[in-house]
Amino acid sequence: MDIKYDANGMPKKSPLSMQIDLSKFDKATDEEKRQQDVMSQSTTFFRDGMKRLMKNPLAVISMILLVVIIVTIIVVPMIVPYGYSEILSVNGRRDKGAKNMPPFTYSEMEQEYIANGGTRFPHIFGTDEQSRDYFVRVIYGTRVSLAVGFFASIIVLLIGMIYGSISGYMGGRVDLIMMRIVDIIYSLPDMLMVILLSVVFKETIKLPAGSALSALGPNMISLFIVFGLLYWVGMARLIRGQILSIKENDYVLAAKAIGAKSGRIIRRHILPNCISVIIISTALQIPSAIFTESYLSFIGLGVQAPMPSLGSLANYAREGLQSYPYKLVFPALMICLIVLSLNLLGDGMRDAFDPKLKR
Amino acid sequence: MEKLTRYIIKRVLLAVLTVFIICALTFFLMHAIPGGPFNREKALSATTIAALNARYNLDKPLPEQFLIYVRELLKGDFGVSLKNGREIGTIIKESFPISAKLGLLAVTVALTCGTVFGCLAALTRNRLPDRLIVFFSTLFTAVPSFIFATLLLLVFSIQLGWVPVWSATSHSYILPVIALAAYPMAYTTRLAKTSMLDALDQDYIRTARAKGVHRWKIIFKHALRNSLIPVITYAGPEIAYIITGSMVIETVFTVGGIGSQFVLAITNRDYTMIMATTIFLASLMVIANLICDLLYKAVDPRIQYD
Repeated sequence: MDIKYDANGMPKKSPLSMQIDLSKFDKATDEEKRQQDVMSQSTTFFRDGMKRLMKNPLAVISMILLVVIIVTIIVVPMIVPYGYSEILSVNGRRDKGAKNMPPFTYSEMEQEYIANGGTRFPHIFGTDEQSRDYFVRVIYGTRVSLAVGFFASIIVLLIGMIYGSISGYMGGRVDLIMMRIVDIIYSLPDMLMVILLSVVFKETIKLPAGSALSALGPNMISLFIVFGLLYWVGMARLIRGQILSIKENDYVLAAKAIGAKSGRIIRRHILPNCISVIIISTALQIPSAIFTESYLSFIGLGVQAPMPSLGSLANYAREGLQSYPYKLVFPALMICLIVLSLNLLGDGMRDAFDPKLKR
Repeated sequence: MEKLTRYIIKRVLLAVLTVFIICALTFFLMHAIPGGPFNREKALSATTIAALNARYNLDKPLPEQFLIYVRELLKGDFGVSLKNGREIGTIIKESFPISAKLGLLAVTVALTCGTVFGCLAALTRNRLPDRLIVFFSTLFTAVPSFIFATLLLLVFSIQLGWVPVWSATSHSYILPVIALAAYPMAYTTRLAKTSMLDALDQDYIRTARAKGVHRWKIIFKHALRNSLIPVITYAGPEIAYIITGSMVIETVFTVGGIGSQFVLAITNRDYTMIMATTIFLASLMVIANLICDLLYKAVDPRIQYD
């Protein structure tokens, strides 16, 4: 069969055909073509959120502050020549006059040493009641507190994410049973259980001597265990809820309809929508872990003795408060700064990354 | 209505189960600690220990001991303190009223002041009162309670001498209540502010305004009622916070409440006391949470019973 062509060089169409009749179209002008140009760079979810985060002055200040604190706690112990449990001594002789010195002062022995031509690193925050350099102790305390907060949050995140996503994906009876378990753990009074478990673990856990864990002491290990046992339920609930609601969205259905594999759906559609919630609640978990640690330090269940934490430093400082108020001020200020900046950064991230709040 | 009854029964059963789990956890964990109650510096003779063990049922297998313990608990007998030999039931009876008064005052202050400040902040959005309230509520959520309490005690009791220090003769609740209420108040303020802003954004508010309803009537009759729901929801966790917070506050201000008794028991390793107080306080929290949950469902008819 030979095909007939019309004036435009198109095959002649039957009157019922849906084929496009080119004679009814004009060619695009140059100006119209320019409308198709990409005016702004295509942006990813992460970059978009970061851009909004950078416009939030409080969040930016908190971020800078946190970076400064982290750099300080890494660098300072390399510069300052004192150890956190080191009792001050001059030329190998114990410096008995160096107890409870105010910031930036030297003891008599040190003054004599300097007068004889020696150099002594200044005691920036003074010294404590056992002649130890307080600045180094506060820095190490910050290290311990931040590390406790960070690792406790990671434990919570891991357990909560695995449990919550299994429960959310499976649905049905598995979900029901898993969530009943969560309900029961959730209704236990967490702080009392933390105290109880700490009391018990303090007496029962034996740590290998000389390891980093034994320096922290059984109380911190029990704190981690307790966080792993109790605090993940909030995270698991959150992630399950997120996955359940995102799973029902039309765009997931659309992605399924065009044949996307479940791996792609999870990576491209479900994760970007709940990763912000996960990161934010992890960020907000850190201050709560730091609070819990300082609370436990207060009732005598904190880190092992020579090792300082911000909570235990503040607690020890309460004793000689009227004579040496600065000993409370430094660790207290540090806790406030860390908690405040983490809270503000978390809030800022929620505003920047939560697509539902986008204005 | 049937649904509501079923919901109430389910919640009560869950609460009873939770209390039982707490009792079991506490009992078996405390018994996992090595060393019996009669380990003294001066060793007792084997026959004495055996007699004592028989006297306190310690020679029976652990599950049976647990059943005996629960039976005694149900009768209101908490056992005897290991340190001073006093009946724990009496200690709780003496110290709990002080803690209850302190806690109730703190809850009231936190809820009312929090709501008022939150609404004030929402109504003066981005102006000076709002800025001040946001500043202070953010600050108060970043200070550990024992530091705040210590500073209050130092400044107002010791330096300025405005408030007497807590003693057997003078009971001044003002500073402990402020210290205890600070964190939940700051949290309630933030909660009330967001929910008030949410409520003010609703269609029914616009309708009311379009009809020419007076500004204050809109705020009190329409916005406030709906914005109170999240605040009520927070009451349960708030009570739990105040119970644990009171341990610290009572210790700092040397208030002889049940919280400071608990801290003292931990310092003294008084295991029977720790066990009894944990069970008592935990049950209290579970009951408070149950009541709050039921009230919440009663206040908001839109809630689903699942």
